[in-house]
Amino acid sequence: MTLALESQDIQKKFGHFTALGGVSIQIPRGEFVTLFGRNGAGKTTFLKIAATLMRPTHGTLHIEGIDIHKQPEQARRHIGFLSHNTFIYRDLSAIENLRFFSRLYGVDASDDRLMGLLERVGLRRRANDAVRAFSRGLQQRMGIARVLLHSPSLILLDEPYTGLDAQAVAMLNVVLDEIIASGRTVILTTHDLEQGLRAATRAMVMDRGKLVLSSDARDPAIREAYSRLILMGGTR
Amino acid sequence: MTRQMLAILSMIMIPVALYCAFVYAPTEATMGQIQRIFYFHVPQAILSYTSAILLGLASLMYLIKGDLKWDRMAYCSAELGVLFTVTTLITGMIWAHPVWNTWWEFDARLTLELMLGLLFVGYHMLRAYLPERESRARLSTVFGFLALLDVPINYLSTYLWEQHHPRLYGPGGGGADPAINIALLVSTITFGILYAYLLTQRIAVARIEEEVEYLEQVVQV
Amino acid sequence: MKPVFAIVYKDIAIEFRNKESISSMFWFGLLVLVIFSFSFDSTEAEGIKPGILWVAFSFAGILGLNRSLSMESDNDCLQGLLLAPLDRGDLYLGKVAGNFAFTIVAEMIILPVFAVLQHLNFDLKLLWIVGITLLGTLGFVSIGTTLSMISAHTRMKEVILPILQIPMTLPVIISAVTATGMVLSTEPGAMAGISFPLSLLGVFSIVYLTASYLIFEHVVAE
Repeated sequence: MTLALESQDIQKKFGHFTALGGVSIQIPRGEFVTLFGRNGAGKTTFLKIAATLMRPTHGTLHIEGIDIHKQPEQARRHIGFLSHNTFIYRDLSAIENLRFFSRLYGVDASDDRLMGLLERVGLRRRANDAVRAFSRGLQQRMGIARVLLHSPSLILLDEPYTGLDAQAVAMLNVVLDEIIASGRTVILTTHDLEQGLRAATRAMVMDRGKLVLSSDARDPAIREAYSRLILMGGTR
Repeated sequence: MTRQMLAILSMIMIPVALYCAFVYAPTEATMGQIQRIFYFHVPQAILSYTSAILLGLASLMYLIKGDLKWDRMAYCSAELGVLFTVTTLITGMIWAHPVWNTWWEFDARLTLELMLGLLFVGYHMLRAYLPERESRARLSTVFGFLALLDVPINYLSTYLWEQHHPRLYGPGGGGADPAINIALLVSTITFGILYAYLLTQRIAVARIEEEVEYLEQVVQV
Repeated sequence: MKPVFAIVYKDIAIEFRNKESISSMFWFGLLVLVIFSFSFDSTEAEGIKPGILWVAFSFAGILGLNRSLSMESDNDCLQGLLLAPLDRGDLYLGKVAGNFAFTIVAEMIILPVFAVLQHLNFDLKLLWIVGITLLGTLGFVSIGTTLSMISAHTRMKEVILPILQIPMTLPVIISAVTATGMVLSTEPGAMAGISFPLSLLGVFSIVYLTASYLIFEHVVAE
């Protein structure tokens, strides 16, 4: 059975600073994994490596069975990544952005499909407005639309709840629920324990570049590790 | 050959080369004593190009292999490159002033040497603005390799200009007295040994500098 | 539409929207021309006319490269491009094509102004200069796109680009200025040797387009 994501001993060094000290993870398809950790624990670094935006210093990573080092382009077709920056062009309109990314990914760029996608994220009425005018919440929705555009099977979200108001958070959760219902795999990093555990099937805790705990989302050990490492700060 | 051996050889060869340049070699008919600077200027020019080649090839090796030792070799060669480019230009100017009555001409060789100097300095400036070790190595080696490709192209392009620079060997030059050739050979070999010593010594120091940098970071954390 | 063309189309669409690149390149080039035209009177300027033109083109070109870069660093859009199943070399070609297009447009506006300020006739010679400009700009932009991406990773992006770009593109400037000088010269048979600088421009472009295409993944990797 192919795993959505499998990493073996992923390490990342920046000069002499070790961001990741050997992370080995196995995530089956359809799981909703929340990754907790303090700032600097290595969550974003790991996610970026999984998204092929960064190369690990050591280790291998497979997405849907594809080695990201050997076949990066193929792997990218299966991955959708969203971080605090939404990677969309502020001078173009919403639909122009989607049209561009459709062409980049080689997927159907018909207006019907793109408008349907904008509808899903509640941006249909703003399709022809320049993104520059959008609020943070709307830009985030744009980012989600970009992520879903090529129907990736693995969705990576790096602190997606940051800077969102209640309405935007609710909207994001609706989209996430839809994504899970459609059988995709999600890995999400966040500081917010409740939001993170809301729909998660699995939870992991990272600290100082290492995976400290990996368990079912309802396992009380997760909350315990969260308060020990993140709220009170430290494994010392 | 160990660094100590290179150092000793240099110390032996330098007085020999000085003797050849100032005593053994005959005084040149047209230019007089100032021509003796040729025995220093020519090897320095050769070594400035050698530095460029080493920079380019070491950079390429880093991009292929990913081992930081190649990046170390690249930037040490580039440092020596700055040194020898500057000395080439200065000795050239010292020669030019009494002979051409000017400090500078935009001749093919001079422009090439100047461009080389600017490339070496640009390389170091780029490194200076990249605080993180890996990205510093990655980006400066890309530049170092591309700079090496530029050297032969610029050499060809400078042929579009007039040729002021004296040509002793090859078309236009009359060849030379065997004594002059011997003195030049001795001088070039001496400079070569000195270069090898400087490079290996600099790389050793670089290794220690990087160790210190690492320890400083560890202590701070 | 192939991804490479999508990138070029996107850059053109953005430029149509805000018109920042071409207009700033044109105005800056124009200012350089004006300064030079005031600094040298027409008799002194004879020999250095080609130089004036290519100084204006070079500075405008560097401005354009910086602009193109900031377009991708805004909102981290470059990461969005890197996420796509796009070969890094193709990404490079897409950016080169865009940079080339904008720079040429700005230069084609600067050129007639140059002709007027320097009292040139609007004859066949200008067509030759257009040709030289196309070749020279291709070389300039092929290495410039790579260098601007390298500079983007440093702290002082806009400052380091000219420091790297100007020495590297000396062969382009030398060849382009020589060729332009041959075209503008009134001496008979001045254009006899023009194939040499033109082929040098061609060689430069081929070498740097190829080398950058192969090496670009190292420039954008993290």
